[in-house]
This record gives sequence, C-alpha cells and structure tokens, in this order.
Amino acid sequence: MFKWFGKVNFSPYTKVTDFADHLKDGHLMASKCKQCGQESFPPKADCSKCLSGEFEFTEYDGQATLLSFTKIHAAPTGFEDTVPYTVGVVDLKDGGRLLAWFGESIAESDIKIGMDLQVVPQIFEEIKDIKVYYSLEKPGTTWSKV
Amino acid sequence: MARVGIIGIGHGEFGRRSDATVQELAFEAYREAIHDAQVDPADIDGTVIGSVPEYHKQRSLPGVVQEYLGLNPKPTWLTEVACASGSAAIRTAWMGIGSGAHKMMAVIGCQKMTELATPEILALMGRVGEVQWESVFGTTFPAYYALFAQSHMHEFGTKREQLLQVAVKNHYYGARNPNALFQKEITIEKALASDPVSDPFQVYDCCANADGAACVILASEEIAKKAKGPVVWLDGMACSTASMSVLRRPNLTGLPSAEEASRIAYEMAGVGPKDIKVAEVHDCFTIAEIMAYEDLGFCERGAGGKFIEEKQSYIGGSTPVNVDGGLKSKGHPIGATGVSMTVEIAKQLRGEAGERQVPDADVGLTHNVGGIGQYCFVQVLRRD
Ligand SMILES: [Zn+2]
Repeated sequence: MFKWFGKVNFSPYTKVTDFADHLKDGHLMASKCKQCGQESFPPKADCSKCLSGEFEFTEYDGQATLLSFTKIHAAPTGFEDTVPYTVGVVDLKDGGRLLAWFGESIAESDIKIGMDLQVVPQIFEEIKDIKVYYSLEKPGTTWSKV
Repeated sequence: MARVGIIGIGHGEFGRRSDATVQELAFEAYREAIHDAQVDPADIDGTVIGSVPEYHKQRSLPGVVQEYLGLNPKPTWLTEVACASGSAAIRTAWMGIGSGAHKMMAVIGCQKMTELATPEILALMGRVGEVQWESVFGTTFPAYYALFAQSHMHEFGTKREQLLQVAVKNHYYGARNPNALFQKEITIEKALASDPVSDPFQVYDCCANADGAACVILASEEIAKKAKGPVVWLDGMACSTASMSVLRRPNLTGLPSAEEASRIAYEMAGVGPKDIKVAEVHDCFTIAEIMAYEDLGFCERGAGGKFIEEKQSYIGGSTPVNVDGGLKSKGHPIGATGVSMTVEIAKQLRGEAGERQVPDADVGLTHNVGGIGQYCFVQVLRRD
C-alpha cells in the first residue's frame, strides 16, 4: 500500500506500490527492468530506455554518501508540528539517490557533505495505520522489526 | 524562421495588490503596452497568457482576461511551466507569428498570489518538487535551492556573504525601480539578522510572493518595420528542461536546463556571453543568481561568488545583471515574471531605463527558470 509511504502522502496510487510493503519488512528496493536490466532508484514501473513496462524489485543495501542537506525552518502544510527538520540528499552506493530526514543517530553538528550514511527503513510509531519511511543514520545502524 | 519584434511594452506595479483582481492587473500592463505600441487593439489577433492557474480562485484565466480586455472573439490560451510561464507565453506568440498564423499578439504574464495564505503557497510551491519521493519529507521551494547553495558552497567555497551580496545588489537597484515591491536598500548585517528559512537561507535570501502583470506586444517583421516606436527583436529564443526530481540531476551546483537553453539561444542569435550588455536572470533565491552567472557563461563554473564580490554584475561591471532589482526586490508574481524580464530588457535596449540605464546596451538577455530548473527559457534580444 503506497499510501503508507511518508507522513503526508500525495500519490497513493502507483504501479510500484509494493515498495512500501517491502520497506515495512525492512527492505529498501530499487526497480529493475525485466527486458534491458536498467535499474532505478527511486523505483519506476516503466523503462524510459527500452519502453518495457515489466519490472521487478531488487534490494539495495542502503549504504550512501551525503550529497547535500538543509534544515527547514518554514514548513509547508502538514509538517508544522515537526519543524525544524533536516533533510539530506544521498547518493546510494548501489545507484540512484534518495531524499530523507536525518535520524536520531546523527548529531546535527556532525552533518557534513560527503559523509557516509546508512539508509534505514522506519515506521511512524505514533501513526495508527502503518506508515513507513526511511531515515539517514550512522553507518552500521540496522533496522529491527517491532 | 521570420523575425519577430517587440513593438510595445507595459509593466504594472508589483506588490500585495489587494486592490485589484487578476484581470484588472492584466489590464494595467496591457493598456500601457497598447499605448506604447501606438496600435489599434482591433489589430491584436490573439492573446497568450502566462500564469500558474492553481493560485487563482477563478478557473480558466484566459477567458476572463480576454473578456476584460475586450478582445473577444479573438483567440486566447494559457501557458504553464511554473515560474517560467511568462516566457513560455512569449515563446508561444513568437512561434505563432513566426509561423504566419498570427500577425500581432498581446502576451500577458499575470499572477495574483495573495488570494492564498502563506502556508498554502509554501505547500503548493514545495510540490514543484517531485511529490512521490520528495514532498513526503516536507520539502519546500526554498529547501531545494538551499540544497543547491550548500552543494555550491561545499564544492566551490562560495561564501555566505557572497550569497547575500546578490541580495544587497538587487535591493540597491530595486530602490531605483518605481514598479518594485521593495524599494529600499539593505545591508549584509541586516540580512544576517533576519529569520532562518532553510539553511543557509534567511529571509533576505528569498524573493517575495507578489501580485502583478506585465505585457509585450509582438508583431511580424513586416508590421514591426512600420511601427511608430522603437522595435526590439527576439533573435535568440530557446528553452530546455531538466528532470523534475533533484534525485535525477547530474549535480546540485548548476541548472543543466539553463546551460542548454543559453547555448541554443546564443547560437541562434550569433552571439556569445561576452556580447550581452545587460541581463535579467532568475534570482528567486540568492544562489540562483550565482548559478545563473555560471550557467550562462558570464563567468567560469564555480566563480559566481567571486563575480558578485567583484561587483561584475553591477552597472560598470563585465555583465550588469538584474539592474531593475530582480525578483528579489521587484517581487515574484510567478506567471508575470518572465514577461517582466523581457519588458525590462526591451526598456534597457531602447535606452529608457533612467538612472539604472546600462550605457550602450544593444544586446540583452533574459533567463527565466521554471521550478527548480525543470524548465529554463533564455532569450537574446537586440535593438534595431
Ligand atoms: Zn528497459
């Protein structure tokens, strides 16, 4: 169920909906085109290289380096209660990028462009319906299912 | 393609215009442009509106504007590419006239942003990022450019003060522009004392939402050559795109769409960056102007911070940029912005910019970015 992905979800309907189910089980998945093998993160159902619509998921290990970051002080609707928060863009070792919040394992003063990070699947404990996301953590941090 | 000329320009007051509807704002700029061109409105054979529809309570804007201008039954339509919607409108009219389908068109960029509350605007603008994988983390429009700023500072050693020197320059010139929202100068100290928005940005790194409109009257070469007033020619007209998602950009230190669009526009006009005597670039945030210096070739990649520090973008420097105050102090009514840039360059090329006139300006450029570089329109303009 992709509507599980993110605290505020703007696009619940997608062909890569199983991504959220995998994340709930602790797996960070990229897409892989069944015809030409092109991989993508964020995942895509359709291949812009060979135009195939057949894809499968392939697991990434979440090792990453920080490309850039910013601490957001002025929040949009839906995020007023969490402001300020810091987002980072990381290059995944396996390919592609993602954008996410920094988790509690990293002190704000330690954030530096180029640092090694680990992307870790997470569940919003305070939200009743299952809501999943991922956060940027210290290398070696692992996710354990509740 | 046949040459297309600007025969009339009009610019309304930018600001918090709680006194006017969007069609009334459009009319202000249109009336000035019609008077400037000294043409009969009956000769306008079509209107193109540049605007971003989701900010307006009125659905389908071209209809209400066309009626208010009194131009029914002539055709009208809208172009939308976020903050570059105005330049897209000019490009559409340029194609319409160049193809021979039209002879004289009114292009109006107009936007009423203050019908919505600030958090709503923040949320809407944040969704210029990719909503499936990015906006779920509460990204905002300033946050995206802040990511560029952090990356640029890390990669090239660009300094915090250099970012703010862009704001200081644009407020300096905005103080000399009667159409600007903020007509007062600022200092680095004052900017450093303002509230944080998205690190490293503070309030003075960001342009302000505004209402407003601007208009140009475009005509075929045949009609333009018989025009009563001065003509400015649209000689380099290019646009380019980059991925919607920052996650699929090659780097976060420049805009590939701007590099590509300027390359094409220079080639079409047969000029290079050194020939540009005055430029209007998209300075929605301070880093955006620094990246524009580099993307447009006014300086080497990474040297944008030094470029502003040495005052190369002031009048008297190697390429004067945003000497009308830029979006930073004019305000940014997003659909109107691109047309406003073209009006300002036309004014400069006509030698009518008053105390902010760049001497001997014969070739000028506009650089209008949509979103966070998803779209970029670059025009090279030349005077008769
Ligand atoms: Zn493929």
